[in-house]
Order: sequence, then structure tokens, then C-alpha cells
Amino acid sequence: MSESVPRYWRENKVRERLIGSKCENCGKITFPPRKVCPYCKSKKLTEVELPKEGKLLSYSIVRKPPAEFEKYAPYAIGIIALENGVNIISQLTDVDLKDIKIGMALEGIVRKYREEGEEGLIHYGIKFRPKLK
Amino acid sequence: MKPIVAGVGMTKVGEQWSKSLKDLALEASLEAIDSSNLIPEVVVFSNMMSGRLQAQDHLGTLLVDELGLRGLPAVRVEAACASGGAAFHVAYNMIKSGLYNIALVVGAEKMSDTSTEQTTTALMTAEDREYTGFYGASFVSLNALAHRLYMERFNVSEEEMASLAVLSHENGINNPFAMYRKKISIKEVLESPYVADPIHLLEAAPTSDGAAAVILASEEVVKSKSYAVSVEASTMATDTIRYYEREDLLTFESAKKAFANAISASKIEKTQIDIIELHDAFTIVGYLTLESTNIVERGKAAKLIANNKFSLSDKPSVNTMGGLKSRGHPIGATGLFQIAEIYLQLTNNAGKNQVDNAKVGVAFNVGGVGTTTSVSVLKRR
Amino acid sequence: MKPLREVGILGFGGYIPMYRIKDEEIACAWNAPTSGLPVVEKAVPGPDEDVFTMSYEAAKNAIARAKISPNLIRAAFVGTESKPYAVKPTGSMLVTSLGLDNRSLAAEYEFACKAGTEAFQSAIALVGSGMLEYAMAIGADIAQGRPGDELEFTSGAGAAAFIFSKKSEETVAFLEYSVSYVSDTPDFWRRQGQKYPQHAGRFTGEPAYFNHIISSVRTLLEETGLKPSDFSYAVFHQPNTKFPLRVGELLGFSPEKIKPGLLSPMIGNAYAGIVPLGLSAVLENAKPNERILVASFGSGAGSDAFSFVTQEALEEKKNLAPSVSDYLRRKKYITYATYALYKNKIVR
Repeated sequence: MSESVPRYWRENKVRERLIGSKCENCGKITFPPRKVCPYCKSKKLTEVELPKEGKLLSYSIVRKPPAEFEKYAPYAIGIIALENGVNIISQLTDVDLKDIKIGMALEGIVRKYREEGEEGLIHYGIKFRPKLK
Repeated sequence: MKPIVAGVGMTKVGEQWSKSLKDLALEASLEAIDSSNLIPEVVVFSNMMSGRLQAQDHLGTLLVDELGLRGLPAVRVEAACASGGAAFHVAYNMIKSGLYNIALVVGAEKMSDTSTEQTTTALMTAEDREYTGFYGASFVSLNALAHRLYMERFNVSEEEMASLAVLSHENGINNPFAMYRKKISIKEVLESPYVADPIHLLEAAPTSDGAAAVILASEEVVKSKSYAVSVEASTMATDTIRYYEREDLLTFESAKKAFANAISASKIEKTQIDIIELHDAFTIVGYLTLESTNIVERGKAAKLIANNKFSLSDKPSVNTMGGLKSRGHPIGATGLFQIAEIYLQLTNNAGKNQVDNAKVGVAFNVGGVGTTTSVSVLKRR
Repeated sequence: MKPLREVGILGFGGYIPMYRIKDEEIACAWNAPTSGLPVVEKAVPGPDEDVFTMSYEAAKNAIARAKISPNLIRAAFVGTESKPYAVKPTGSMLVTSLGLDNRSLAAEYEFACKAGTEAFQSAIALVGSGMLEYAMAIGADIAQGRPGDELEFTSGAGAAAFIFSKKSEETVAFLEYSVSYVSDTPDFWRRQGQKYPQHAGRFTGEPAYFNHIISSVRTLLEETGLKPSDFSYAVFHQPNTKFPLRVGELLGFSPEKIKPGLLSPMIGNAYAGIVPLGLSAVLENAKPNERILVASFGSGAGSDAFSFVTQEALEEKKNLAPSVSDYLRRKKYITYATYALYKNKIVR
């Protein structure tokens, strides 16, 4: 199921830079950005760029992928606790599937998620890999 | 005023190559109508994916005409895998409000018309497309995140994790509507391939075709005691759709809230419950439901089931007709299969799996990763 | 050439994909002799990498070393012959993904293997003229070579990004002088719509590689009055291990001066990325006040030669991002079958 072009474009900045929102009232940060704070209902939220380093909370290996991900299977997805305490979901890359461990230090870089065939748009977003240094 | 379950209907669950979505819904509906001896005034259709799998929506209207009831009001209700429970909740409120006296709630899903990849993709529409689906997560893999974390946090073994699947299959053997009527062993579960590590194929409920229907009626029209089952409560609650945003990844807040509300609405004590139908699309969903609702202690559900708790001779018994795992999981129908199965138990029609003197049954129908939960409490009148 | 105002390198960063295939493995796949191979092993990108993602990571490292907010940068130029889209700029993708100012120049440069240093020249000119304060130039490639062709033994992958600003105490090196030298010499080309390049065999050597590098470097030496002995390091384009050492010998640069920036034996020829990567490796090893000669070569054909002099800020900034040697150490060997899968030579 391909995204439409405008639909991909609307989100690309948020996905590639990890833009979340911070509540000016209670200080909680959420990803992706919201219009209403889920914690205190405040509507005063500002955009913030999230850190791209964190630790792996849990992971799974996708062996039966959704359409357009067949080329990359098997691959790992995980929940990452970013340094500022915000959790996000992402694919893991540049790692042997058998070396993945809960708690491992990860860093986010931009990678390809899928292609709309040979002629269509290429979709990018942040993926996480073992911290290099 | 308590809505009454006046009749139920079920199709066999499985790969029903020769039957369409409409055929399945029609079959279960006609059976429910016939068994109730009532003519519905309104139709609520539960289905999740027909728009994507069959390119067919407007299901309520489609079905009403086929039933020979042209002209009736009809709606379709969707809440991912909790669609059945949600449709039941809507019909419950229709009767409870007094605006309608007889409602047909039918759930149907046809999953064998498309390829595995198309179905996998369609199932992911239960999740936030932009911030979960985009990343290539499959629905199984999201549950696998919880599964792995649960094992890690509570020191639960793979064998223990498999136990609910084994229990469901044990009970499904005697369910004539079930898709897989055979016993499985822990060893077989653990030797089956991973669908999304650490979830094995035999820990995941099979995709399937099937339909189930329930006639709900007001006490006004069913005065006779032959209508033996009342609905004591029907509740629903939701959580953030993005699993990673949960405060605690191992608590289903939706199940916790919906169950607490159901208990207070029904005034039934937890100790009175004879039967629990768990939404074991994956074993972890069953465990987290039991624990989030405080039916069992945190971290204990898998271990208890591994030690033979919740069998047919226990109180409460779990998944008495095979649960999702053995019966099969035709998404939109599942919540109504659960109601129909409890109905069989409470009316003493559960055959070899009849639980002695079953009076109270509770169904948990879960959509997403504990994202939407509907709780239905049924009681023998 | 010299800009109106002095220009320096404010930040730099390299990137090398983690997968490696040994030339011996490629030779075995084709039942070819395993002796006399042009490089030891080459870097292979993972299936989710392309020139945009490699450029992104190199740029991220360069920004960390530049110690400026990315939104101060007003140009993103990428020199490459393997951009993900034939039409649609990688530069604008970098602007959005890295958070550069939207009021930026963004474009790709194509000049075979010298596209990266061609981008350098443009960035330097814009900063040198005072039009921009900060400009980023990247050389990046996933080198293409037809399966079984001799290019397959050397076609590597890598990227390096450089942020140029006016010379200051913050710059790690400043530009002393540069020369560009080109002529129509058809040693290597890829026609529109074709997947793999063609090359003219031994014609790529003397009339192409050697003639153009020697011309640009000799011009630079003549016009600056510098001698090879004035340079501590030399980075030449490296289509294999032999050519850069040989051209150094012809120009009077000893192997000791070339080896710190000689990466092709370990990662293959990363086309437009290899010389910028070699310069990154040299900067990570150099001390302040050392002179570096850089001479790229691009088929078709031309060479850009530069003289850079390192500054004090280099010492501190070296450690602000992963180094080329960190990326060289991080490696996983793959078989030819995995290589064929990752490179889309077999498709499921």
C-alpha cells in the first residue's frame, strides 16, 4: 500500500529529524508532535528536535513483512528510549540480528525504508544502529 | 433493563474458499435469527478490513437486503480486532436506550481472498500508519515487543509463554466450529518457525474466514425464561494507538479501565466469574489482559497457565471453546464468537467442554496491542 | 586559483558502509585468479543505503566538527555519479533531513570521480567571494561496475563532507591554492539510462589519469612556487592501490606521504567520495601547520589540485565525530551471494 506523494512529504521532516512536541505547561515531550498534550490537555505545545541516541527497550525480528518491505526481510524493529526519556519505534540496521540485546546503546541515522517500485518515490526515515563511538 | 441474548449463530472457521464475505455473514445471521425466533429492527455489522481485502464497504446495507429485511437501519462498526466487541457495545446501547427492541449484531471477516502480504499490510492499519506502520513493523512484531519484554522483566521461559496456546488447542478439539481441532505440545510450539521473534507461528492465532452473529433483545420483548442469558455489562476503553508511547509497556490500560467499569456496572464479583474468553491472538495478549485487570498478579499469568490453572475443571476456565488460537481469528467476527461461545456455556450447550454450572462469563475482545478493549459480562438468568 | 578572501575547512566528516567483500571472494565467484588483485577488499553499502543516506552521515559528522548549528549552512552540494534519483536533488534532501537553512543552494555535481572536489571548488568560491558564510560540499558514491568486469574488483563506496567558511581560528585547515585542469579524454563513461559504466581499458592510465593529475599538480607547484618537499601529505585519486603510488613517484611524493590518505586497498574506489575521504583520513592524522596536497581525477577527464595547510583547531575537532579509522575498523565480511543481494544484482 503506497503512500501518496503529499502524504509522504508531509511527514518527512518529522521522520528524518525526529521532531516532537514539548508541552509548555507540564514539560512532557511526545513524538510525533501533537496539538493537545495527552498528559495535561494543554494546547500550548512547541516543536523540539529529539536526541538521536538512546537504549534499546525491546525488539522483534520481522520475518513476514508488510508489502514493500519484502526486500529487507528479515529485519529488526525496536522500541528505543531516547536520552531525554522519550520512547520511539524504529528499525534497527547495521547489526547482526543475533547480536541485538536489550539495553544496547544505539544511534539514529537516516536510511531507506522502502521504494515505491523502480520508478516511484524512495521513502527515508531514521533507523537506529549500534553506537559507533 | 438488561439486554438479553436471544440467539446466536456461527459459521465454521477456516479457509472457506467457496464462501464470500457476504455468504458467511448471511449464514451466521440467519442462524441467529432462526434460533431467536425474533425479527431484528436494526443491524450492526462488525468488520475490519473489507475495504482493503474485498474492496467492499457499506456492509450493513449489503447484508440487510440479503436477509430479506430491506429498509432496516444498518451500520458497520470498526475497531480493529476489537470490532466485534465494539459492535456488540453499540447494539447493547441501542437496546439499553430503549430506542430499539431487537438488534442483530453480526461480525464477519474474509481473509483468504488476498495474499499473506496484503493481509499483513491490512492488519497493520490497526496501528498508526505514519508513526508505526511506516517503519515496517508487522502487527505480530508489535506484540512480539511486549512478549520479549514480558519474558525479560518477569523472568518467564519460552515454554511458559507457549502455555496459553496449548490450553486453547486442548479446548478447541471439541468445538465443531474451530479451525484447528488438534492438540499441540509446548515442544511443537517452540519448534514452529518464528513469525516475528520471539513469537512462534503456533503462538499466533491463524488468519481465517468466518462469521458469528448475536441477537440482542430488550426484556420487554423476551419475557419468556427460555431466553436464558442477559448482558450484565458491555464496556469499552482505549489507549494511545502508538504502542511505544505507553507509560508502561506491559499494562493494557484499556483492559484495566474497561474491566473495572464492567465490574462496577454489573455488580458481579470477580470470584463469581466462571468463564473468561481471552483474546489470545498472541499468548502475550492473554497474559497482559489477565494481569492488567488484576485477575492474576503481575508476571504470573503465563506461569499459572503453565501449571494448569484456568483449565475446564478450574474456576474460572479460560477459552473454553478454543479461543482465537484454535478456533481461528476472523478479525471482525472474533468478538462475537466469544459472546456466542459464552452463550453456549451459559445455556448448557457446550457439549464435551461444558463447564459445570456455568453462570457468569466475561469476554475480552482486544484491538491493536491492548489499544482498544471491549468487555462483555454475560449471566445466566 | 585563490578566492578573494581566505577560505578554510570548518568541519569535515567521513562515512564508510560496514560491509566488506574481499577481492579474493569476487575472484572465486568468477573462477578468476586470486593473485595480483587491485585492492584487498572493498566497502559495500547495506540494502538500505544510498548516496543520500551516506552523504547524510558524513555531513552529520562534519557538522559535529564544525561546531555550528546546521541552520547556518547555506549550501549543500553533492558530487556523485550514483545519486538515488536521476532527477531530484540529493542536496535538498540533505537540507531538510539535517535542518540546514531553507534559503540554501542545493545541487549535484557530476564529473565522474572528481565530482566531489568539483563541489569543493564551488563551495570555496561562494565562501571566498563573500556570498555565503558557510557552504557544505560532499563527495559520495556507490561505485558501479558490471558483474565480472574488472571494475567489480575495485568499485567501493564511501562519502565525505566538508564545511567551508572564511579562514579563522575555528578552521582546521585553510586553502592555500587550487587548480582545475580538464580536457575531452574519453577513458570512462556511462550513457544516459545505462546501469553500468564502460571504460577504455589501459587508455584510462597514461593519457587520462596520469596526464591530468600531473598537469594539475605541476601547475599548482609552478604557480605557488611550492616543492613536493614542502608537503607532509599527498592524497591522489585512487582507482586501485598502484596508480596513486605511481603518480606520486612521478611527481616526487614518497609513499610515506601518500599512505595516510590511501584508502582504496581497504574500501575500494569510492569514486567521487574517495579523495574527500582520503583527505578526511589525513586530517585525522595530521598535526597543525602541515601542508596537504590533494589531487582528484575524474574521467572524461580532469583533475582538481589543492594545497591545504592545517591549523591549531584541528587537534580539538578531530575527536568530535567518528573517524575514518573508526569506520574502517567497523566491518563485516559478506559472501558474493550476499553482495549480489545487497547490490540488487539478484532480486527476490
